[in-house]
Amino acid sequence: MKRLAKTVALTLLKIVVVFYTIFPFYWAIVSSFKSGAALFSVDFFPAIDLTNYRDLLTNGNFLRNILNSAIVAVSVVTLSLIFAITSAYALGKMKFRGRGIVLAGILGASMFPQIVVLSGLFGTIRWLGLYNSLGSLVLSYMIFSLPFTVWVMTSFIRQIPAELEDAARMDGCSTWAMIWQIYFPLLAPALASTGLLAFIASWNEFLFALTFTLSDTVRTVPVGLALISGSSRFELPFGTIMAASVIVTVPLILLVLIFQRRIVSGLTAGAVK
Amino acid sequence: MADLSLSNVRKAFGAFNVLHGIDLKIEDGEFVVFVGPSGCGKSTLLRAIAGLEDISGGDIRIGGEIVNHVPPAERQIAMVFQSYALYPHMDVYTNMAFGLKFAKIPKDEIDRRVRKAASILKLDAVLDRKPGALSGGQRQRVAIGRAIVRQPKVFLFDEPLSNLDAALRVNTRIEIAKLHRELGATMIYVTHDQVEAMTLADKIVVLNAGRIEQVGTPLDLYHAPANLFVAGFIGSPAMNLMEARVIALENGHLKLSVGEQHISLPYSGAPVAPGATVTVGIRPEHWIPGDGPSVKIEGTVDLVEHLGETSIVYLRLADGQMITVRYPGDIFCTAGDRFVADAPAAAVHLFDAAGQAMLGRRSGPAYGILGQEFRAR
Repeated sequence: MKRLAKTVALTLLKIVVVFYTIFPFYWAIVSSFKSGAALFSVDFFPAIDLTNYRDLLTNGNFLRNILNSAIVAVSVVTLSLIFAITSAYALGKMKFRGRGIVLAGILGASMFPQIVVLSGLFGTIRWLGLYNSLGSLVLSYMIFSLPFTVWVMTSFIRQIPAELEDAARMDGCSTWAMIWQIYFPLLAPALASTGLLAFIASWNEFLFALTFTLSDTVRTVPVGLALISGSSRFELPFGTIMAASVIVTVPLILLVLIFQRRIVSGLTAGAVK
Repeated sequence: MADLSLSNVRKAFGAFNVLHGIDLKIEDGEFVVFVGPSGCGKSTLLRAIAGLEDISGGDIRIGGEIVNHVPPAERQIAMVFQSYALYPHMDVYTNMAFGLKFAKIPKDEIDRRVRKAASILKLDAVLDRKPGALSGGQRQRVAIGRAIVRQPKVFLFDEPLSNLDAALRVNTRIEIAKLHRELGATMIYVTHDQVEAMTLADKIVVLNAGRIEQVGTPLDLYHAPANLFVAGFIGSPAMNLMEARVIALENGHLKLSVGEQHISLPYSGAPVAPGATVTVGIRPEHWIPGDGPSVKIEGTVDLVEHLGETSIVYLRLADGQMITVRYPGDIFCTAGDRFVADAPAAAVHLFDAAGQAMLGRRSGPAYGILGQEFRAR
């Protein structure tokens, strides 16, 4: 009897949690099929109407925005991982004075809220001539993705036994060859998880993207999405916005599903054992 | 193949000295074992020879050439690590071929060497497996194979058997000995296991606290330890070391008191003053009554262990010192019994207050006779 009550309670709790997390997405999907006044009626199972999607995909800017986001996110991930793995090697395997301070500094840098660095960064980007280009976004996103990736990589690389490096040295491996032929393959699970998190962060970022870009052709998707406007200033095209949100979310969900097992093994590997 | 010599090799980590001027000559084709307790510097010395640690002073010569600043891969040496250190993401073949690729050896030559090493080490069937799918013994052989394919002048082994279980350890030990005979290469082997040291070595180097205590053949070290450290370190169970005081030196005999008991030893060494403190050492297995001059020590049995082929008796002397007696076969006594342990005088070691051997013993004829004496009983 007691066990039954427990099972019932647990099941209820699960339902609540699932509902709480899934329902907003479900509502977004449902809304993306509606347009006009239908948006304001409560209808859980509307007819599937792809008008909003067709409108979006025939609008050149939206596709361009998605492409921009992809370019920025992929560049950020690639550069972050290259820098992270090389600096993690230095921080995790080489002995030098001030190593702890460097590590603390990297961690500290990631703690500033975006808004704090915004104005300074804006000046820097103008000075570098990167304003209103995708380069500005790659540069600014890396400020936040690098500390995290470097930290995770450093803790992973430290767990790789030192004898492996000794063996590679005996085999005549240079430091560069060692990083790419020994450490890189061994760190693949960690790279997948940190890379994915960096990808998601860059893909979803809004504030920098809004500040550092101006024209439609260099906007990324979150900004493009926020700036979708209706036919008049009194109309907010919720249906289209929801359709755009769904399209933007799908690649992330697919990536997470593909790398799911690696993410879990990557994020817990440092904790256990 | 090459000889190797170390002269005044020193290593310090910051202000902490790990090696205090090591001088050592290793002949071409010799199998040398470094033994010593944990932290004695034996692994550091091996890593210095490998080039994995820079030395703080002195010279390392391989084949007559100073290699102090030559990178590890160019010293023509190969090393087998304690944890094997195989590359987990490469299969067995690639693991063995990895170093050769960097040495810019042609592909077909690499293939020939890897396959030959694999057949020597019976790894043919597992060449395409990753290390994770191999047993401990196979991993160990891959690590050795990776060393063989490099065709080094000197092989270095860093406690290679310590991760294997007991049965496999004996087999692998025998295989390493065979390998040494077949390749005829110079090998340096670090271990803290005496049995490995005694069975494998042409020459054992006993290290303690960054200094060489003694260099010699296994039987040299066993029969003629140069000092207290080597005496206590080589042999298992360890040699009994009893504190004693010199009473007198007369007629070529040294009279000593161990607690309240008096013993007398033939002595022809440097004169010693009465009252000097010395240490008497007798191995547990040498307490075997004989006909010649002998040393007798009486005590009370504390504990008896029956191991089948031997029995070990722990004796407590009147002054509280403990001695261990190992008898072949069974012995019938129980705790609390009076017991007289009896050893031939020829088996007694004597060390002065500074811990140096006083009798100037050499292994060889004298001990051959002793050995025969034991066999005759």
